[in-house]
Amino acid sequence: MSYSNIAVRKFDAVIVGAGGAGLRAAIQLSESGLKVAVLSKVFPTRSHTVAAQGGVSASLGNSEPDHWTWHMYDTVKGSDWLGDQDAIEFMCRKAPEVVVELEHFGMPFDRTDEGKIYQRPFGGHMSNFGEKPVRRACAAADRTGHAMLHALYQRNVRARTQFFVEWMALDLIRDADGHVLGVSALEMETGEVTIFHAKATIFATGGAGRIFASSTNAFINTGDGLGMAARAGIPLEDMEFWQFHPTGVAGAGVLITEGVRGEGGILRNASGERFMERYAPNAKDLASRDVVSRAMTTEINEGRGCGPHKDFVLLDITHLPPETIMKRLPGIREISIQFAGVDPIKAPIPVVPTCHYQMGGIPTNYKGQVVVPLGDDPAVPVPGFYAAGECACASVHGANRLGTNSLLDLLVFGKASGEAVVEDLKQMPAEHRPLPADAIERTRERLERLDARNGGESEYETRLALQRVMQAHCGVFRFKDKLAEGVEMILDVEQRVGKVSIKDKSKVWNTARVEALELDNLIEVAKATMISANARLESRGAHVRDDAPDTAERPNGRNDTEWLKHTLWSRDGNSLAYKPVKLEPLTVESIALKTRSY
Amino acid sequence: MDRDALNRLRWRCTRRALLELDLLLGHFLDTRFADLDEAQAQEFAELADLEDFALWPLINGDQEPKNPQQAAVLAMLRSSRTRNPA
Repeated sequence: MSYSNIAVRKFDAVIVGAGGAGLRAAIQLSESGLKVAVLSKVFPTRSHTVAAQGGVSASLGNSEPDHWTWHMYDTVKGSDWLGDQDAIEFMCRKAPEVVVELEHFGMPFDRTDEGKIYQRPFGGHMSNFGEKPVRRACAAADRTGHAMLHALYQRNVRARTQFFVEWMALDLIRDADGHVLGVSALEMETGEVTIFHAKATIFATGGAGRIFASSTNAFINTGDGLGMAARAGIPLEDMEFWQFHPTGVAGAGVLITEGVRGEGGILRNASGERFMERYAPNAKDLASRDVVSRAMTTEINEGRGCGPHKDFVLLDITHLPPETIMKRLPGIREISIQFAGVDPIKAPIPVVPTCHYQMGGIPTNYKGQVVVPLGDDPAVPVPGFYAAGECACASVHGANRLGTNSLLDLLVFGKASGEAVVEDLKQMPAEHRPLPADAIERTRERLERLDARNGGESEYETRLALQRVMQAHCGVFRFKDKLAEGVEMILDVEQRVGKVSIKDKSKVWNTARVEALELDNLIEVAKATMISANARLESRGAHVRDDAPDTAERPNGRNDTEWLKHTLWSRDGNSLAYKPVKLEPLTVESIALKTRSY
Repeated sequence: MDRDALNRLRWRCTRRALLELDLLLGHFLDTRFADLDEAQAQEFAELADLEDFALWPLINGDQEPKNPQQAAVLAMLRSSRTRNPA
């Protein structure tokens, strides 16, 4: 296969990813009259934003008093003070505006009797600076993400946004001055590569939860934007912070809601012991997510896990009357039968702590411009490059995300990145900067490697090895020795990734090739995560280390003296650098450091 | 179904919005699809083209199938049981 005559298509802007962030950004650009291309591996309304159920938070105050400063306080506290307070202020202040805009785009929010947007309470969202729960989450039944994506897509159709569906972006193109000039991309239907030459490039590629063996993320979440950014020399920020849910079906990842334990479900180890009695004598199985997840991990690590590999525990509801299960938990019974192969009326469900959300990502400022350290400045915009949504790190979630802030993040920063592009393009020359001679070199090398190699490593086996290393060595509860081993092991997996070969060398709809190209992205995210986690010698938010325990001197194991800073991992040499957390908001006083407790 | 159509179907079965459907449709394609006759294969492809929130209620029985042919394929899909850890 020859890659010498690559087609070039010119746009004002190219957006990679058509989930919530990408679609929101595209509206901003298309309605400004710019020529925009949106690339997506799937049809836009099949993006993973669909899976978001809970809602989108905004201090509308429709049901009771609320204020954006209270929302900001909750978000800073939730982030365990690792979130940047300028970006958090920006997001919380903008929330009512973007939610009302979405309503005008046709989003079918649930309503109050007076016809206002209905709001419900959600974990971590409080009134009056942490006093009591507040109704802040705006939802469309339990299909908020689905409804949001449809509203945004329809608005894009109206604005005549040009979509390239079932195209996979392969590499970011930068010139010698570091300007970003677009991406190379593969059209799956033909196998042809095209350069999308653009004055501005927005990444909205979502998370990379598939680096873990147990993940609630759909298969599409392979961190493509993060991989492309890393290969192009952009560091990744705070990649050690991943949110986990305690009960995903072992081997599948599908979520079993907390409601099962609420109905009387009991967690048991291999000997049938109700082990939560030892870890949380009062709350037992209803202790908070992080406590339950850590207890489960400890049981597994100490050899009391179940199954041939002793790598899961059991969620038992067999003591509940069958009619209760049929009546109160029918969806869970269906999920258990389909994905665990057991009927929970007759046998317990195998479960493990499961990766759910990526807090870190491509470093941006609150305008959605991608920023990198340059000289003494830790955050200089990369000309022509923007990112929004789960792939980006603004950083509003810091060390831990609050529920409903993810949909808000993609609306606010999707829009902000679009606005930044519109403004920045006004300062740029009308002509595109010329493509460098080596624009396609990185992509060519990757594709030719797959075309030429035979008898190498299996993509499937290598991906599985990657996921198992991440799950066992960098999961919800982290141990010094396991992390150190994990760094060595993930670097070994990287060697295997470099030797992957595919049997099918055809062009049209070659899914094996696409999966191998996805693996190139997964390994970058996996390395960034493991190496960043190994280096951060404290516990903070979702990053919890056994050797940084809760003490009187360091509550929750957090060490602000040494670790109140963002990690920046670079692919080149797997080097780490750090930059300060922005503790100064835009217009209000800083929210002072204190212990995070609920 | 030719190779290209089958590979396109594979992509559309395993890059869904919801993990549940990635697992279920991908496993079915690997284990049961080859046993389908032409009409059933076409029916499955049409089901795979549905959006996730249109397909899931058909699989879990919350919504009635539109015809006996669809019901038959859904029954196979529902009974295929997956523990695919991919």
